[in-house]
Parts: sequence; C-alpha cells; structure tokens
Amino acid sequence: MREPKVDLQLALEHGLTEEEYGWICEKLGREPNFTELGVYSVMWSEHCSYKNSIALLKTLPRDGNRLLVGAGEENAGLVDIGGDYAIAFKIESHNHPSAVEPYQGAATGVGGILRDIFTMGARPIAALNSLRFGSLEDARTRFLFEGVVKGIGDYGNCFGVPTVAGEVFFDESYKGNPLVNAMAVGIVKKDRTASAKAAGVGNPVMIVGSSTGRDGIHGATFASEEISEKSEAKRPSVQVGDPFTEKLLLEATLEIIKEDLIVGIQDMGAAGISCSTSEMSEKGDAGMKIDLTKVPLREDGMTAYEILLSESQERMLVVAKKGKENRVKEIFDKWDLQCATIGVVTDDGILDMSYEGEDKVNILAYDLVLGGGAPVYIRDTKEPAYLEQKHKFDFTKISEPENISDAFKAVFASPNIASKRWVYEQYDTSVRTNTIVGPGTDSAVVYIKEMDKAIAMKTDCNGRYVYLNPKEGTKIAVAESARNVVCSGAKPLGVTNCLNFGNPYKPEVYWLFKEAIKGMGEACRFFDTPVTGGNVSFYNESPDAAVYPTPVIGMVGLIDDVDTIMTSNFKDKGDVIYILGEDYEEMGGSEYMKVTHNLVEGNSPHLDLQTEKDLQDTLLDLIGKKLVKSAHDVSEGGIITSLAESCISDGKNLIGAEVTIPVKTREDFTFFSETQSRVVVSVAPEKIDEFELFVSQTFTPFTKIGVVTGTELKINDKFVFNLEELTGLYFNSIPDKMNVTL
Amino acid sequence: MKPKFGVVVFPGSNCDHDAYYATKKVLGYEAEFLWHKEPDLKGSDVIVLPGGFSYGDYLRSGAIARFSPVIEEVVNFANKGGIVIGICNGFQILLEAGLLPGAMRHNESLKFICKDSFLKVENKNTRFSSEITKDVIRVPVAHGEGNYFTDENTLKDLEANSQVVFRYTSPDGDTSLEHNINGSVNNIAGITNKQGNVLGMMPHPERCVDPVLRNDDGAGVFKSIVKSLVN
Repeated sequence: MREPKVDLQLALEHGLTEEEYGWICEKLGREPNFTELGVYSVMWSEHCSYKNSIALLKTLPRDGNRLLVGAGEENAGLVDIGGDYAIAFKIESHNHPSAVEPYQGAATGVGGILRDIFTMGARPIAALNSLRFGSLEDARTRFLFEGVVKGIGDYGNCFGVPTVAGEVFFDESYKGNPLVNAMAVGIVKKDRTASAKAAGVGNPVMIVGSSTGRDGIHGATFASEEISEKSEAKRPSVQVGDPFTEKLLLEATLEIIKEDLIVGIQDMGAAGISCSTSEMSEKGDAGMKIDLTKVPLREDGMTAYEILLSESQERMLVVAKKGKENRVKEIFDKWDLQCATIGVVTDDGILDMSYEGEDKVNILAYDLVLGGGAPVYIRDTKEPAYLEQKHKFDFTKISEPENISDAFKAVFASPNIASKRWVYEQYDTSVRTNTIVGPGTDSAVVYIKEMDKAIAMKTDCNGRYVYLNPKEGTKIAVAESARNVVCSGAKPLGVTNCLNFGNPYKPEVYWLFKEAIKGMGEACRFFDTPVTGGNVSFYNESPDAAVYPTPVIGMVGLIDDVDTIMTSNFKDKGDVIYILGEDYEEMGGSEYMKVTHNLVEGNSPHLDLQTEKDLQDTLLDLIGKKLVKSAHDVSEGGIITSLAESCISDGKNLIGAEVTIPVKTREDFTFFSETQSRVVVSVAPEKIDEFELFVSQTFTPFTKIGVVTGTELKINDKFVFNLEELTGLYFNSIPDKMNVTL
Repeated sequence: MKPKFGVVVFPGSNCDHDAYYATKKVLGYEAEFLWHKEPDLKGSDVIVLPGGFSYGDYLRSGAIARFSPVIEEVVNFANKGGIVIGICNGFQILLEAGLLPGAMRHNESLKFICKDSFLKVENKNTRFSSEITKDVIRVPVAHGEGNYFTDENTLKDLEANSQVVFRYTSPDGDTSLEHNINGSVNNIAGITNKQGNVLGMMPHPERCVDPVLRNDDGAGVFKSIVKSLVN
C-alpha cells in the first residue's frame, strides 16, 4: 500500500495542532513518516497524554496514608491493607464508545479496567460502575441504558468478577453523551506485584493474548473530540470485547507473574502497541527494537500503521526475563492464547520498529509519553456566567406543595432515587464468594478471605451540585463516598477519580475543571484519602449541550473486624431512630426541586470538612462499639427518602417507623433538604443511654426522632405511608419505564 | 477418610475456586482441581463441574465443554455410579454430555439474573439432599440460560421417579408460577439422573456455605454427598 504524504494538513486531520506538528518535526529533526505520524497523534491525544489536565492533577494529594505506589506511576493505584496484602483499584471512562455503540463500548470499558488491575499482578475481586444517562422518557436513552447494562453484565459475568456497587443517575444533561465509568478492585500479595516497565538490554519483548486486528483504530483520538452527528461514522473505532479470552489472559498473566518470569507487563488499551511499547520503554529508561512482522494478526494485509494503532482488546505487552521466553510460551499455550516474541529491549531509549523488512518507526520513547515529551498545557479559564444567576435563585418564592405525600411519592419513584435492582440483577454480584453486602445499600462490602477482613467500596458524584458549584460539589463527592463506606463500618483508605468534563479549550469548561480539582484536593487532604490514580475524560459534549461536570469518586475503605459490618435497613421493632448532624434546609440542585419543579437552581449544599470528618469519626466509633444497628446517610431526596429506604430497601422484610422531624421553616424544605454530613441511625433501646452519652462527648449533634415500629412510615403525626406502596414505587419505577417498547 | 472433591477447570470456568474453597476450606474435605485437557480424575470421590462460561459459551452453553478430554472420564465415572454434581454451567454441560435429560433455554426475561432464589427441597431421599434440614433453602442464582426444558414424557418420568430435587419457590414454599424466576418447566431448579448419582442444579450452593457471607444454606448439599459416600 502506498502511504499518504505527510504534511501539516494530514497532521491536522489526525487531531494534532499546527504547533504540535511543529514540535514533532523539531524533535525528530525531520518530518515524520505516515506511521510515525499515526503513533504521535494517538500518543499526544488527550486520552493518552493528559496534556490539558496533568498539570492540575499534580496538585492533588498523590501519596501518603497507605499508598504503595504514587498516582500515575503504574496502571492502577495500590493501597496497603496490612499483613501481606495490598488492594489495587482504578476507575476509567468509556463514554464516547458507549455513546455510539453502548453494548461493546461498556463491555470493553469493563475489560480495560480489569486488565489495569491484573497487569499489576492483582486478581480482580470486585467491579463497580458509575453511569449517567438522559431521561428514561427518551427512547434512545432507554436503548443506551439497556445496551450499557447488558454490556457491563455480559463482560463481568463471563470474566467472573462480582459487580457489587455503583450508581446510575438520569438527567437530560447527559442525553447525547452518556457517562460510563468502570471501576475495578483487585487483591495482590505485596511481594508479588508487577510493574509496567521495560528493562534489561536483550530481554525479549512479547505480545500475548488475542491477535491484532483492525478494530478500534484511533479509538484514543475519537475519545479526544466532541460527540457530533459525525460520531456515528466512528463506530468502527469502538473495540469489540471478548471476556472469555480476558479470563484466560488473567489466569495466564497471574501465572507468569507468580513464577517470576518477567521484568514488566502492561495491558494494551488506548493506542495499543504504540502506547505500551513507548510507556514501558520510557518508564525503564530503555528502548525497544521491534519487528511488527512477528505480531500475530487477525487479518491479512494490515499495515504497520494499523498494527501500531489497533486497539484490539485482551492483549498485553510483556518484557520477559531472557531465557524464560519458552516457559512464558508454555503457559500461554496451556491457556490457548497467542504468545509471540516481537523484539528486544535496548538501551538507547529509541522505539525502532520495522515491518516486512522496512524501517517504519524511529522515535525516542520519551518524546511520545506523558511525563516526557508530550505537550503540557494550562488552558485559559473563565467563570461561567450562569453561576451568578443560579446562586441568586430564591427558593422561598417556590410555593409549598399542596400535598407533600404526593410530592414524596414522586421523588421516591424518580429513577435517581428508586432502586437500581433492574440493573444489578443483571450483574453477577456473588461470584468468588466474597460478597458480604451487595448492591442496594450505602456501599458494598467484600470479604478478604486471606486476612479475615473486608473492604467497602462505593462510587459517588452528583453532577448537579458540581454544575452549581464545582468546588463544593466535588468536595461533596469525596465526602459522600467516604460517608458511604463509613456507613458500612469501613475506614476510608483512598480514592480513584474519573473526571468527566466538556471541551477543555472552552475557558468556562476549564474553569469548572480547575475548581473541581481544587475541591477534590482539599477534601482528599482533609480526609487523608490520597488520590491513587484515575482517568480524565474531556469532550463530553453532545450537539445539544455540555454534560454536567462530573468528577466521579471511587472510594475504598477497610473493615478490620467483619463482625462490625453495618447495613442501612432498620432491624427490629422498638429500636430508637436518631439523626446525626444538622439540617440547613438546602434545596440547591436537589432531587425534589428537579422532580416537582423541574429546577436545577441555587447553590450546591455547603460542605464543612471538619463537621463531616467529625461525623464520620463518630459514626465509625459507634459502629465499632456496636452501639448502632443501622446507618444510612442522608443524600438525594433528603431525610424522608433515607427513612423510607431504611424501612423497605431490604426488599424482603418491610419494617415501619414513627418519627417526628423538627421543621425549621417549611415542611417540604426540611423533608427534602440535601444538607450534607447527616446520617440516620437506629439504636437498640437498651443501648440508648450509652449511645447518647458517647455522642454527646463528640462534636456531632444528634437528635432523637422516633422509633422503629409497625408496618407504616409515619412522619410528624401527619404523613403516613404504606410500606407496600412505597416498595412498589421504589422497586418498579425503573422496570416499568424499561418495559415500554423501545 | 476425607472424601475428595475433584473440581474440573474448563477454560472460562469461574466458579472453580468457589467450589474448591467451599469444600476444602470451609467444610474441611479434600479438593483438587482437574484440568480439562487431562483425562485423569486423580482418584476423586466426587466430581464437581463448576459454574462459569466454558469456552465463553458463545455457541450454546456447555456445547463445547462436553468435548473436553476430561468429560469422557467423567461420563465413565458417572456410569459406574460415581457422584457428579454440575452447578450452573456444570448443569448445562451435563445436559450437553447426555448425563441428564433436557436442555436449557435463555431465561424467559431474556436477561441474566443474579439474586437469591428460594428452593423447595422436593426430595430429601437423595445423595445430594439427605442432610438438608430446612424445607426451603435460600441459594443465589446467576445465569442467563437457566430456563430448563424437556419434553412431556421425560418430564413425567422425572416427576414420577422423584428426580426433581429442587424447585423455585416463594420463601414459604409456594411453587406457583409467579415464583418461577426463569421460566423452567415445573419450576425445576435441580434434577438427578434416574440412578441418583448425578445432580445438575442452576443455583449455586457453593456460594452459600461460609457463614461469614450470612447464609450457609448450601452446605447441606455437600454434607449430603459426603454422608452418602461414608455410608
């Protein structure tokens, strides 16, 4: 095949800027050839280079506490959980592919994040996902939702990882550009971790797993531009997943690591061979001499350009110890996987690649990668004009609803509040027999058999809050995810983040991004939960509008004593109900205002870090001392929603409550306020003295509001809800909407 | 004597570790993995065909696994009266291998289903259920193709011979259609062969053996097997 002539025009078509093309020519001392242009364009794409985000990401707390590797140093974060073991975890987006091809887009998102975990030598023990779609009233949204959930389920179920937690949020803002963020958690012995680096001159470079095809070429570039009418044409850029091969790849990979046969290993995701060869070389201060002719291919006639840019899934690049290649091959043969030596490690730092006897690539690895020669930008910022308008909004002008009961039922049946059972019953939640607490409560709890401990995990972000106040909203995302794991009895250890924003070249978008990072840094420092790594996804804009800025937090916490694991549902009649924390009647960005008035106005709730920390410390102590029998945080839908969930969320055993909630100014404000740093707990009657004495010695305010009793939820002697009816609203809302013909 | 459970590992098995852990670590029996490429049962007293997606199940569940070298040995073992239990994908493989009658269709909902199922223990006089004390046990299911089907005559035989061991039910033993989670004929969740030495079941008893997971209703299945061996 004759290769196109490389010039500025072609570089622009590859998504590079004129300035960047100039730098490439400067670094090479010549014009790149067609293959090299392809490699540069994917490596310098936003997706691989983090060029518009890395400077700000470096301001986040990226070490300390129990972190074993710093953020961004390896494929996933690694946190010490004591003894011989560590937990590897990371979250990543697959928004763009899922927008055009929901099933494969979501499936390969799961596949990619699982590889990030086991390329560290860790066996995946849990998966989570954080999803955002438009309104379920819209047929295309239902198509996307159905496909994404099926894609996640089919991949994780076949691979054999339990999908235990996550969140699903619906808002018109995400209509054309759904967010699909997949998180995975794995366990590894501390002395058996693998590194993504190439070292040792003469060590063989091997490609293992699936063969290489034409799928997913320029996926990384596609993910680095806005979704538009033209995006449909990018469908071939979406990779195709094969969870069966991934499962085999997992077992083979863990075997070669266990037998100590390798120097380094990296999975192939975005930018395929280009990315793995350059990043591993750069990390080990090495180079590689590669013969692309040796790469096992799926189809004839592929060019060097296509081989290097292919994003075929379920592949890994391995640098083996010299002399061990045969044993590596034996293991991959056992699992019926491809395994081919394609080159050797060199010491000149250069990626020197040939194909069918012709030289194709000669680039310094350093020049290609993040942290090396890839561009770094700090973009212009401008505070968006809408914020001032939003913050001025006066909620007192909104009249009280005529019937609060009806308003509550509408809120409780809103897909954002209602049970996500329709989703998680499609996921295998119990494979690997570690799931102590599955989906449907504050956070999932997974048993660590090796240590007789457990870890709790959750993802969280409310994009409406972040839209109304990026800094405060992001602090809330950190605080709430921490609060959720604390509600399960876990001590927060660290976070991974997935930052979903619009086009960074728009100053308003970049301002939101910058503020969000500030908020995240403050909160993570305060809670001593360092950022272990994550992912940035820009260009989340569809033709209609930008999506809400959505910095998703994935939190992991540790439970030392599995006897103290806490759940959110009320347990026994006669238990006394308390609310920890104080309400300030905050309506900004609330689900109530959205559902009943279609308003996303005002400011986000306020978050005081010290108040939140005090609350979490108090609650963790209460749980450790076994002074509470249930704990459920107050979040979207307010205290009335939390109480109702504690009555029915078990799904099997309904249990009523009678409460009196002190009203500050208005009943609807009090019931639906989303003020942070609040948790509803229930206490056995014989423990209330001890409970009250303990909490009164902390900085956390508490109020006795009622008792667990009967078969109804009765509020302030006025509002009575039948639990069967609430159960119907809560569990049938999403299935009913999905049963509409597409 | 400690009975030995041989857990077959197909490419794509993903409940193999769970079966191993439940029998060896929780219940304290012997257990060993059996690699599907090797036609050697290594002296196992019981063969477990575990859950998962053997060969990806891209064709029909279990359709390729039945051709694995180890299966011929498993069939010989079963024909000589050896105890074989197939769970989920293992049940599907037993159907494909002809050790049990019938076939699996996609769940009626056409969706994968994972949740706790309630099983009525229909026959406690089997080698797989004699030690189950409750009449209804809670056992998780996790499958996309668990909708058991067989022709009418076979179904009559199954019922007449009391080969139906487990049926989907409500928590209090109501086996009416609304408690049938996947569309299986007669709410069937698990059956034995006529001789009573081969069991196939879609729910996962190995997932509810360890009390730390707050449910050990599945332990009775393995305890029954061991009891029948010792006798």
